[in-house]
Amino acid sequence: MQTNLRSQAGPYFGEFGGRFVAEPLIAALDELEATYLAAKADPSFVAELAELHKTYTGRPSIITEAQRFASQFGDMRIFLKREDLNHTGSHKINNVMGQALLAKRMGKKRIIAETGAGQHGVASATAAAYFGLDCVVYMGEVDTERQALNVARMKLLGAQVIPVTTGSRTLKDAINEALRDWVANVDNTHYLLGTVAGPHPFPTMVRDFHSVIGVEARAQMLELTGRLPDAVAACIGGGSNAIGIFHPFLDDQDVALWGFEAAGDGIDTPKHAATLSRGRPGVLHGARSYMLQDEDGQTMESHSISAGLDYPGVGPEHSWLKDLGRANYFGISDAEAMDAMRLLSRTEGIIPAIETAHALAGMKHLSTVLPAGAHILVNLSGRGDKDMETAGKYFGLLGDK
Amino acid sequence: MSITNDVLERNKESGRGTLIGYYPAGYPTKQDSIDSLVAMAENGCDILEIGVPYSDPAMDGLVIQHATEEAIANGFKLRDLFEIIKGVREKVDTPLLVMSYWNPVLSYGVEKFSEDLVSSGAQGMITPDLIPDEASKWISLSDQLNLDRVFLVAPSSSDARVENNSKSSKGFVYSVSTMGITGERTELDRIARSVVSRVKSLGDTPTCVGVGISTADQVREVNSYADGAIVGTAFVKAYQQGGLAGLVSKTKELAGGLG
Ligand SMILES: Cc1ncc(COP(=O)(O)O)c(C=O)c1O
Repeated sequence: MQTNLRSQAGPYFGEFGGRFVAEPLIAALDELEATYLAAKADPSFVAELAELHKTYTGRPSIITEAQRFASQFGDMRIFLKREDLNHTGSHKINNVMGQALLAKRMGKKRIIAETGAGQHGVASATAAAYFGLDCVVYMGEVDTERQALNVARMKLLGAQVIPVTTGSRTLKDAINEALRDWVANVDNTHYLLGTVAGPHPFPTMVRDFHSVIGVEARAQMLELTGRLPDAVAACIGGGSNAIGIFHPFLDDQDVALWGFEAAGDGIDTPKHAATLSRGRPGVLHGARSYMLQDEDGQTMESHSISAGLDYPGVGPEHSWLKDLGRANYFGISDAEAMDAMRLLSRTEGIIPAIETAHALAGMKHLSTVLPAGAHILVNLSGRGDKDMETAGKYFGLLGDK
Repeated sequence: MSITNDVLERNKESGRGTLIGYYPAGYPTKQDSIDSLVAMAENGCDILEIGVPYSDPAMDGLVIQHATEEAIANGFKLRDLFEIIKGVREKVDTPLLVMSYWNPVLSYGVEKFSEDLVSSGAQGMITPDLIPDEASKWISLSDQLNLDRVFLVAPSSSDARVENNSKSSKGFVYSVSTMGITGERTELDRIARSVVSRVKSLGDTPTCVGVGISTADQVREVNSYADGAIVGTAFVKAYQQGGLAGLVSKTKELAGGLG
C-alpha cells in the first residue's frame, strides 16, 4: 500500500477532485486558496483558531467508552469521540470557525451557506453572530420541514433562511442555490461550504479544519488504551466528519477505516443515498467524485431519513480512498439507523443525531468482520435534539398529535 | 476553419453584427424545440445555441431552470439531443453550438459525444462549467474533429486567464457580461465592455457577450464593441408567453437591433 496518504493537498486525489465550475468563480476560489495557504502558514492564525476552539467551541472534545452499548455486539470495545458536545451540537463548527476567520481575512462581510440537517447552517449562523457578519442559509424546502427546530435556531441567531424549492428540494439543490448566490455576489460574499465536497480548495481546506477531530482522538486513544484502535468509523454525508477523524490515521496501516452511508429503504432498493457503494464517478458541484446518476449523467435524487446524509454526492478524497482500498464504505438503512439511535440512547444516555446513528448501526457489521476484542473509535458527529420531531413520529412518542 | 467564426467575421465586416439565440433541447417537447430553433434561425438568429437540460444547472437563472426541468420531466434523453440537431439541420444551415454542463457529456463519453456532434451536424460546444484547465481531452478531440470549442471569460478573470481561455477557444470566446447568473437585466453592465476590451487586447479570438440581454437596443449596443450578442432567457420567456409566434416576433424584434 502507498504510504503518505496524509500529504494530499489537492486539487486532485488521484483522478478525483478538481474544479468543474464556471469561470466567474475561479477568481474567488483562487483568492480563497491563497488566503487559506497564507493563513495556514501564519502562526497567529493557527493560534487564533486554537484559542477560539478552546474558549468557544469547547475543544478538545472528550472520549467516552460506551460499554453497555458495546456489549450488545459481543466482544468489542467502542469509544465515542464526542463531537456532539461541541458548541452548536456537532462537528460542523470546526470548519465554520476556520472559514469564518478566513472570510474576515478576505474582508468579506457576508457569508452564505447550504445546509441539510441544519447543523452546518446553525454553526454558520453562530459564527456570523460571533464575528458580526451577515448570513444567508440555503436549505431545501423538504429539510426546512423535517429540521424545523434548526430553522428556528438559525433565525434566532439572526440568519436569513431561504427555502429552496427547485429540484429535489434537499441538500443538493441548496448547494446549487448557494453557488448561484456566490457567482452573483462574489465581491463581498464568502461561500462557507459545509462539507468536503465542492471545487478545490474546499475538500482539502474543510478536511484540514476537521482533522482536529482525528488528531485529538488518536492521542486520546493512545493515552487511554496504550495503542491505536483497530478501526475508526464515521457516517458519510458529504464526508466531512469522516475525513476529519480518518485523516490522521490514513498512514496507520493497521487501523481499518469504515464509512457508513445512508442506505435509506435498503441498499438494493431505488431509495438510498449510498453514493460510494452504488454510484459511479462523475462531476457534481464542482468536483469529480462518485455520485448517484442515471445513464444520462442526470443526478438522481437520494433518499434518507437523515437530512444530513441525503446527498447524491460525496467528497473526492473518499472516492480516492475507496478506489485505493484504504477505506471501506457500507450502507445502513433508515430502520437500522433508527434502531441504533434508540439503542445508544437507552444504553448510554446519549441521544445521537440520526446522521451519527448510521455510524453506530455499523457496529453490528464490524462485529462480524473484526477480530474479538477489537477497539473501535466512532465519531459521534452530533447530538439528536434536532431530530426529536422525526424520532418522535418514527417511534410514536408524540401521542395522538 | 470554423464556420461560426466566418459568420462572426462576415457580419462584423458588413457592419451588421451578430445575434446568437439560445433555446433548450426538448422544451417543452422534442419537436417543439426543433420548431423553435428553426424559427429562430429563419427570423434573424445568425448562430444557434442549443442547451442540454441538466438536473443541476448552477449557472442558469429561474426561467431556464424551469424550462429545462420541464424538458426532463417530459422525457428528454441525451440521445434526443442529436435527433433534435438533425431535425434543425434538415431545415436550416445556421451554425449550431451545443451548450452543456459537463457531467452529461462525461457520462455519455466525451469521445462519443464529440463524434455525435459531428455526425448530427453541430459545429461545436459551449461548456459553462468546464474550464480549459480541466479540458485536455475535449481540447484534443475537438481539434481532431474540427469542432468549435467555446470557453468563458468573466469580469473577475485575471489577465492570464482571459488570455488563456481566449486562446483555448475556437469559434469565439464567451464573455459573461455581469457577475450574476443568467437572467434579464434592464441595463447592460458597463463591465461587459471592459471584459471585451481585455479579450481584444490580449489576443484575436472573436468574443460574444451573453447574460442579461433582452432588448434590441442592448443587441445593438453589444455589437458595437463585441462580435455578437447572446440571448437566452428572453427567448425562452417569449416562447412561454406567446408560443412559437411569440418567439418569432421576439427574434424579429431583437434582430432588428442589428445594423
Ligand atoms: C451530526 C451530523 N453528522 C454528519 C453529517 C454529515 O455530513 P458530513 O458527512 O460532511 O460529516 C451532518 C450533516 O448535516 C450532521 O449534522
